[in-house]
Formats: sequence, C-alpha cells, structure tokens
Amino acid sequence: MSKMLKTFRKGGIHPAEYKLTDKSPVEILPLPEKVTILLSQHMGVPAIPVVSKGDTVKVGQLIAQGRGFVSASIHSSVSGKVVKIDSIPDLTGYKKPAIVIEVEGDEWEENIIQSTDLRKDITFSKDEILEKIRESGIVGLGGAAFPSHVKLILPQGKKAKALIINGVECEPYLTSDHRLMLEYGEEMMVGIRILMRVLNVRKAMIGIENNKADAVCHLKDIASKFHGIEVYPLEVKYPQGGEKQLIKALTGREVPSRKLPVDVGVIVHNVSTAYAVYEAVQKNKPLINRIITVSGKSLKKPSNFVVRIGTPIRFLIEAAGGLPENTGKVISGGLMMGKALNSLDVPVIKGMSGILVLPEDETKRKSIEPCIRCSKCVTVCPMGLEPYLLMLLTQNWDFYRLEKEMVLDCIECGSCSYICPANRPLLDFIRLGKTDVKKIIRER
Amino acid sequence: MSSILIAILSLSSLGIVAAIILYLVAQKFKVLENPIIHDVEDALPAANCGGCGYPGCRNFAEACVNSDSLDDLYCPVGGQETMDIVANLLGKKAKQTDPRVAVIRCSGSFENRPRTNHYDGASSCAVASALYVGDTDCPVGCLGMDDCVEVCEFEAIYMNDKTGLPVVIDEKCTACGACVEACPRDIIELRKQNKKDRQIFVSCINTEKGGIAKKYCSVTCIGCTKCFRVCEFEAITMGNNLAFIDSDMCTLCRRCVTECPTNAILEINFPLLNKTSEKVNTDIKK
Repeated sequence: MSKMLKTFRKGGIHPAEYKLTDKSPVEILPLPEKVTILLSQHMGVPAIPVVSKGDTVKVGQLIAQGRGFVSASIHSSVSGKVVKIDSIPDLTGYKKPAIVIEVEGDEWEENIIQSTDLRKDITFSKDEILEKIRESGIVGLGGAAFPSHVKLILPQGKKAKALIINGVECEPYLTSDHRLMLEYGEEMMVGIRILMRVLNVRKAMIGIENNKADAVCHLKDIASKFHGIEVYPLEVKYPQGGEKQLIKALTGREVPSRKLPVDVGVIVHNVSTAYAVYEAVQKNKPLINRIITVSGKSLKKPSNFVVRIGTPIRFLIEAAGGLPENTGKVISGGLMMGKALNSLDVPVIKGMSGILVLPEDETKRKSIEPCIRCSKCVTVCPMGLEPYLLMLLTQNWDFYRLEKEMVLDCIECGSCSYICPANRPLLDFIRLGKTDVKKIIRER
Repeated sequence: MSSILIAILSLSSLGIVAAIILYLVAQKFKVLENPIIHDVEDALPAANCGGCGYPGCRNFAEACVNSDSLDDLYCPVGGQETMDIVANLLGKKAKQTDPRVAVIRCSGSFENRPRTNHYDGASSCAVASALYVGDTDCPVGCLGMDDCVEVCEFEAIYMNDKTGLPVVIDEKCTACGACVEACPRDIIELRKQNKKDRQIFVSCINTEKGGIAKKYCSVTCIGCTKCFRVCEFEAITMGNNLAFIDSDMCTLCRRCVTECPTNAILEINFPLLNKTSEKVNTDIKK
C-alpha cells in the first residue's frame, strides 16, 4: 500500500480476528416468552420504575425513569404484563433490581414509526433533539454504556471541533458494528448528521479498521452524499476502539491524563449509538433493541441478531444452534474485554455487543509463573503504563504509589495479560487497584 | 623497623582524628528522646502487625508515652498482660479489655453449598469478589481463596482443603484484625474469647430471605427467629433475615444451638450435645 494507514502509536497488540459472522446478514430474533429488564444498564444512577406489578405495557413505553443527570431512562422492549419487580442476578451474579415482563403479542406505542423508510430531513432544533435523545434512554452502545445525552452537552467554556464516529470494532469475533455499517449505513449517516447538529460541529470522521474493507467502501460511497462526513480506514490494531486511542489515530492528538476528549476538541460516539440516535429522533423509537453478535467456533450457526433488550442469553444461544457440549465459557462482550457469565439466564443489556461461546480447551488459563521482567506488558500498554508494577503495588496495598503511577489511566483493554509470557493475571489486579484507588480518592 | 613504626603511628593518628570528628558530629546531631519509649517498645511483642492501629510497635510505644491515658490504646497481640506492663512503666492505668479471637462466619463447605461454576482467574478473594458473585450462588459467602491466610502474620489461619473454608487456630490468633480487613466479604468477626476457647456464633451473614438462601446453601441463617425467641439473655438480635449473637452478652448456654433448624449456629470446643452439632463441628474444625 502506497499510503500508510492511520493508527495510534503507543503499544497495541494483534490478536487473531476470528470474524466468523462478518458475512451473515442481521436477523431479527423472534420474541422470547419473558424479558428481564435491569434497571441499571448504564453508568451512573439506576433508573426508578414507574410501572407496578400487574400493569400492561406496550413496546417502547417508559417503564423506569432516569434519575439525575448521569442516568438513562428504560423502556419496555416488548408488549405484555409486568409480572415482577424484584432483584435479579445481573451479569456479575450479584442481584440488581429489574422488571420482568411476560410477552403478549407485539403492540407498539402509537407515536413510534415502524416503517423502514429512510427519513433524511432533520427538522428538529438542537434542544428538541437533545430532549429526544435523553427521553429515549440512549447510552453508548460500544460497551461502556455511558448515557449519550451527557456526552452531547458540553461543559461550559469547552467547544468541540469534530465528531469522531467509532466503527473500529477491534475486538475479535464481534461483527455487530460491521453489519450495522453495511446494512444500515444511510440511517447511521443521518444519525451522525443529527449528532453534528447538536454538537454544532462541521466535521465528522468515521474510523474503521481496514479488515472491514467492504464497510469502508460502502460508507465512502454514502458519505459523498452527506456534507462534512469523512471515512478513514485504519490499520488493524487492538485496542484502537478505545476512545483515546481512536482520537490519537485520527487526529494525532493525545487526550491528557484524567481529561476528557472534549479537552482536545472532539467527541466520540459509536456507530450503533449514531444509529440509535437516528431511530430515536426520526422515528421516535427509544432504545429497545440492538444488534448482537453470537459467535464461537464450536457454534452451529454463528449469527448477528437484532435482539430486544432483556431477552435471556440462553434464548440467543438456542437461536444460534444451541450450546455445544464442550463449552468452557460463555462470554458477554468481546473476547478481550468481555466477562465470563456464570449463568445463561442473565438478560441482554444495552451495552452488550456480543455473546461468545468458547470451547473448554481454549478458555483454560495457564499456570501463573514468576515475572521474568521481559517488559512486554510495558511495550504493549496503549496508555504507556507499567502493568507489572501496578500489579505488584496492588498486591502490596501501596495505593498511594499506585495513584502516582497513574493506575486510573488504565483502560482495562487486557493487552498486558494477553501478551504476558508468564501468564500473570495483570489486569485482574490492576482492576482491583483501580477500584481501591477510586475509593480512596472519593473519601478524600 | 622504622617503616612499621610509621605505619602504626600514621594509622592510629588517622583513627584518633576520625574518632574526634565522629564524636563532634554525634554531639552536634544528637536526638534527645524519651528513654522510656525504648522501654515500652521492649515490652511490646515486636510483631509490627498494625493491629493497634499504628504502623508499628515503635509508633504505638510513642503514642502510649505521649497520650494522657491508655484508654484508647490496646495491643491485641500482647493482650491485657502487656498493657499492664506498659501501664506499670508509665505509671498510668490500663483499661480492662477482654481478649478477642477471630471467627469465620460462613459454613458453606463444598458439601453444604454446591459449586455452580468454576473460577479460574487470579487466585485472590478481592479480585474474584470485585468481578462476580463467586463459584457458588451465595453472594456473601466465603470465596475460599486464601486472602485471610496470606495476610495473617501469626500463621493462625489455614485453609481446610476438605471444606474449602479457612480455620482459625484459637491459640495462635491475636485478634490483630488483619484478616478482618483483608476479607472482601466481611465474613470474619472478632469475638470475645471465652474459657477453653468456647464460642457460639451464627456462622452466616446472608441477609437473603430464607427460601431463596436455602436453595444455594443448606446451612444458611433463614431468619426464622427461633434462636431469638429462645434466648433469655437478649444476646441475639434479628435484622434483615439474619440473627446475630452478641459475644459480650452471650452466656454460652447453648439453647439456641439446638433450636436452629439449619445448623447455622455453630458451637466450637464444647463437649458433644447431639449428633448434628457434632457433624457440623467436625466439618469446620478438621
């Protein structure tokens, strides 16, 4: 290639891609019998239920109101009867409040436009759009599930110059964003235009890793019809989907430690979030479903599904051909940053981008050996930290030093644990150190 | 001959000059210190465990000497005896404090609490607890990954491989509280030490409703209040579906032990009363 592709400079790894489902079109999953909608699917304060047991709800009806600024409302993803408002084990196994709805038919709220026609004209003002996004309970669909309206209201005195759209999808296996870009590209572009209007920026950059060449070509074609949107192919490198890494790759600017992207004049949103914004603003449809990749080498039929929020994961795996016998782990999220589940009955949440079913021999952790000071973890850390040191300090409870070593900058990408030749559980301990340091800072 | 003399003379004069310099420097930078701090430090166990709340024995000795009364100061390792010696040295009065001992408030052995999944992450309770519920369905029970064993300076806790639960050796335990702090689930409690190391306590901290808790652990406290009603000494309090026995009020009458339908109340170091308690007892102690 004559022209060098953009990427971030510091660290990074190249895990095997295993994009098994990049050619499978998105299928609409049938409705389950029962959905469990957790009240805390986003970062921030859990929502408060506004329905009670025995109520009948329609698709898209508000069932829990976001409380405070950093919070998101939650809507019913099905029509039916509320059978239970109780604590249900979430992805971690700890019990969290949730609303259980028994599905009866599929009746939508009247104001939601169900047709799939493209509505290109944006007729709403900035404030109207913001209000719609907030009411629709949209959160960052890339994984962190940070309420989107918070990111769209800039702190006073700060100005955004560009909007960055994250279509990187650097995690192995996952293809949900890839399929979304191919199949709902135009809708997504309108969503980006809406976001640009809210943020008052003239320029939007879509970053896509070069292993999705078809998506890059497709979006470049469409982008020519939309003013101010440009598509940039990026070199394949994990964790390019990280906010700070993507900013570095596209603009060459580094977000300073403990600062936000807006401090360097950009705002980052995911492609799925842009699509959700389009649906919310142009079709009045709150965030009630999302695209999820169900993948794994041993699965009979790895697929991309449009899934209603609250569907049990067991249902998704059944639809993908059932759980293979040799399964060792089922992971929610990506292979690198996802979390193993301890039950298949947990529901789909807004921030879930994939379900991976992995065979037993692939998931076994190897025995932990002593650190040989090869400094590979330091080389691959995209944030320029020293993972071996952070792990040691956490084990020694030296939180003061841990804070000085910038443990809070860790983005938990797992590159250090991936590369370590001694199989040391670096990230596990760094994560623990992070929570402890955060606790100390809060007390201060 | 003369060369030897020169060598001896020059070296010894060098030595004398150095000695004078050292003496002067020592005088110049002399630190005046209360000599009694040293005596107090000598009386302390020198474990430097931090159980008193100070970073080490030296700091604790300083605190003892500098404070007006010894009421808030207590060395859990040395116990009352050491505090009496310290009080003698300082001419102050030590407060009478009952010796304490750590107990593990969970009986969820492999047999009582079946494992529902397998964890193969970093072997640390703190890591596992922050990550998820644990390899059983109990969200508050012992994770059995040695955090308390590792932190104990006195080798007073070991892991029982048969039950997967830690066991406290009462004779070695100094109640320094290091394990209490290390346990991410707050299972370990410091309780009053009784005669012959006898102990009665509710070995569970689960606040879930009985019906749900019983599904994943057969020895959970179901909050049935039977023990609460039978106790004549108001030592038992109920709250959030959980009974708690106050070790300062408990008279070790053992009435609650036989009353408990799930064997959640443990008695340790007692002569045998009936068969069920024998079974639980041996499970936990061996």
